[in-house]
Amino acid sequence: MSTHALSADETNPTFYLVEEDDHDHAAGGGGTMLGFWIYLMSDALIFATLFATYGVLSTSYAGGPAPRQIFELPLVAINTAMLLLSSITYGMAMIEMEANRVRATQLWLAITGLFGLAFVGIELHEFAGLIAEGATPQRSAFLSGFFTLVGTHGLHVTVGLVWIVVMLVQVAQRGLIVENKRRLMCLGMFWHLLDVVWIGVFTFVYLLGVLR
Amino acid sequence: MFDQTLSKAIFGRLSFESFPIHEPILAITFVVVVLLGAGIVGAVTKYRLWGWLWRDWFTSVDHKKIGIMYMILGIIMLLRGFADALMMRLQQAIAFGGSEGYLPPHHYDQVFTAHGTIMIFFVAIPLVVGLINYVMPLQIGARDVAFPYLNNLSFWLTVSGALLVMVSLFVGEFSRAGWLNYVPVANLQNSPDTGPDYYLWALQIAGVGTTLSAINMVTTIIKMRAPGMTMMKMPVFCWTALCSNVLAIAIFPVLTGAFALLMLDRYVGTNFFTNDLGGNPMMYWNLVWIWGHPEVYVLVLPVFGIYSEITATFSGKPLFGYSSMVYATVVITILSYLVWLHHFFTMGSGASVNSFFGIATMVISIPTGAKIFNWLFTMYRGQIRFELPMMWVVAFMLTFVVGGMTGVLLAVPAADFVLHNSLFLVAHFHNVIIGGVVFGLFAGMTYWFPKAFGFKLDPWWGKVGFWGWVIGYWVAWTPIYVVGLMGTTRRINHFEDPTLQPWFVIALIGAVIILVGILGFVMSIVMGIVRREALADTTGDPWGGRTLEWSTSSPPPAYNFAFTPVVHALDAYYDMKDRGYERPAEGFRPIHMPRNTGAGVILSALALVLGFAMVWYMWWLAALSFVGMLVVAIGHTFNYDRDYFIAPEEVSRTEGARPAAAGA
Repeated sequence: MSTHALSADETNPTFYLVEEDDHDHAAGGGGTMLGFWIYLMSDALIFATLFATYGVLSTSYAGGPAPRQIFELPLVAINTAMLLLSSITYGMAMIEMEANRVRATQLWLAITGLFGLAFVGIELHEFAGLIAEGATPQRSAFLSGFFTLVGTHGLHVTVGLVWIVVMLVQVAQRGLIVENKRRLMCLGMFWHLLDVVWIGVFTFVYLLGVLR
Repeated sequence: MFDQTLSKAIFGRLSFESFPIHEPILAITFVVVVLLGAGIVGAVTKYRLWGWLWRDWFTSVDHKKIGIMYMILGIIMLLRGFADALMMRLQQAIAFGGSEGYLPPHHYDQVFTAHGTIMIFFVAIPLVVGLINYVMPLQIGARDVAFPYLNNLSFWLTVSGALLVMVSLFVGEFSRAGWLNYVPVANLQNSPDTGPDYYLWALQIAGVGTTLSAINMVTTIIKMRAPGMTMMKMPVFCWTALCSNVLAIAIFPVLTGAFALLMLDRYVGTNFFTNDLGGNPMMYWNLVWIWGHPEVYVLVLPVFGIYSEITATFSGKPLFGYSSMVYATVVITILSYLVWLHHFFTMGSGASVNSFFGIATMVISIPTGAKIFNWLFTMYRGQIRFELPMMWVVAFMLTFVVGGMTGVLLAVPAADFVLHNSLFLVAHFHNVIIGGVVFGLFAGMTYWFPKAFGFKLDPWWGKVGFWGWVIGYWVAWTPIYVVGLMGTTRRINHFEDPTLQPWFVIALIGAVIILVGILGFVMSIVMGIVRREALADTTGDPWGGRTLEWSTSSPPPAYNFAFTPVVHALDAYYDMKDRGYERPAEGFRPIHMPRNTGAGVILSALALVLGFAMVWYMWWLAALSFVGMLVVAIGHTFNYDRDYFIAPEEVSRTEGARPAAAGA
């Protein structure tokens, strides 16, 4: 209809759509994706702030431990594998969702959740070890920056885990309806962004830290 | 002993000493507020308006109602912020030599902090966001915003933040660390009281609302424009709203991050901004000003859009240089992100860094100057009608240009080393914010008031408001420029040099004249309501407007447009009138609309409780309200029934009630 209106004779143009143009409602589809994408960018800016702060403070040891003395790269490497694998399994869930297979979608979602849970568990284990050694967030500005940057990422993964549980329930209740597919798409973008951020954390915090 | 532990567990650090009953100013204010509040609550209860308020307003997802509620919030908070201003002016006018004035430093510092915080976060932002909320969807021919429920939540989160600041007036105390809560003053060891905590929680809660609102507006503008409205056929106000909100999304996360780190410093004992164990206070300054400078443009860009709409309408001409206006807006958006360091040239970052930021700052005056010339050329050979909105535009151009030039002066690092932290700087930013943002908000409110309510503001009282503000501004701030240039520093509650006193007395007189301006504006609303029959607008187009919002009735129906408009020209409604468009009277179809929801109000109320509990270390209450927020937020996602249809008969009835002449 709209194309017709626009190409109407210029001397006698149409000034309104006679048919109700339901696609205008952004909440119905593309709008949500765009809006959520913009939200993710704002979230990425929070991480940018934390990265910048960590960058400024990363050598302010204040007589406390330096990265080389406290980081356990093998443990962090396992953790990285957990998170990257969870992104692959989330991708599998999306393939099954597109094929409208409820059971398989739920299964892959649950596996993703388990990988995420393992990630958070290993991270908490790492934190507990550091604190036991006396490398607490209060010890130096470097450690404040480290715990806050890595912890904020871990908090995001935790939120993602809660969201996965909610989606498992909602898919079980109503199946793969339009709303649930839209939400799973948003959750997917969220989950993958956390992967991207983690690659930054692994590189700039752990690898560069051990090199220094 | 047991009692004390129990009281600590329940009330945290809240005790009877937290209520400042021994301070007469606060006690009297408290009594007045309680009486006023009780009066309002009593009246609402007596006339049984709670149900109506809840159903039709508090839970509404209609962008027009949310816009109006934002405006009400902004105007109420303006009264509070201005009361702070009057208190400071009075103190500075009398506290010379032997006289200590009536505000001790401890109290004075809270007043100037609260004044700045309130005026930017709870007056300017709500008023700008409110106008965008109301006008922008109408201008692009949409039925609502992209995320109507989110819009309601954003508004109520802003209210929660404002309430938390107001609570700090009577329970505990507010921050004394300046309007951006600067460290090291705001560090725990220097401010162990509740002040910085009130500040941080209030602004975190309100900041989340502002970020969500910005995401909402950008999505709306990109996705929901009427067919035919390409980006370069979009009204300038929508362009400026787009740039402003994109900028807000780019800066508010940084502020949230900075405040979160300061919270960690204060609650957990980390060392981000402390003076020992490697902390770096200047990192806080960098982060808050990466937010702070662009924020000025977040506020002023939409206001530039308001001036553009009004100038075109009241000059009876299309806007001069539409595309240069758009490009200037985009350039300002980008540049504003590259100048934050000019707020602390004295940090000592070196000549090269200071030169970069100084030059970048000066470059901003080029696109801004282009805008001023565009407005002047729009007026040139136009048939100018000097009605109230247009008067505000002219006053803005005369006032704002001076503020802009003192800004360029301050952008020279060498000059800034002399004028840093002086009252000259304070006069400069009041010059651009009052002369730019505030004048524009009054212009916008006067211009769109008849659209929102169906009658104009009372023009005589409106002129009292206008002259009060314009004359008052110049009388109040010119002397501050003068004493600032002589070297008087800011945030001082007592002066030794008696020769300065006359300047501060003149400034006080100016502030009182501004008070007349504020009362004039309030009276123009009151008298507008009283005389609404005489001032009524039945056409929907009281000013001879050019954009789509004037094509619907005043006030617009809930669905805005019975049929989605199709746009062929930049000034879409002018084009319609020009080509003899007639409003359709039949063939209506069901209209798809979002349903109201109370989740936003409940979530925001819980956020308020969470903030209060955290300020006072009531951990159990904080945990409880946090869990409550999770339950409500997740529970809300289980509600899939979020929309309904307005029946064609109802649309037909509403449209039929409009006078036939409208739209023709």
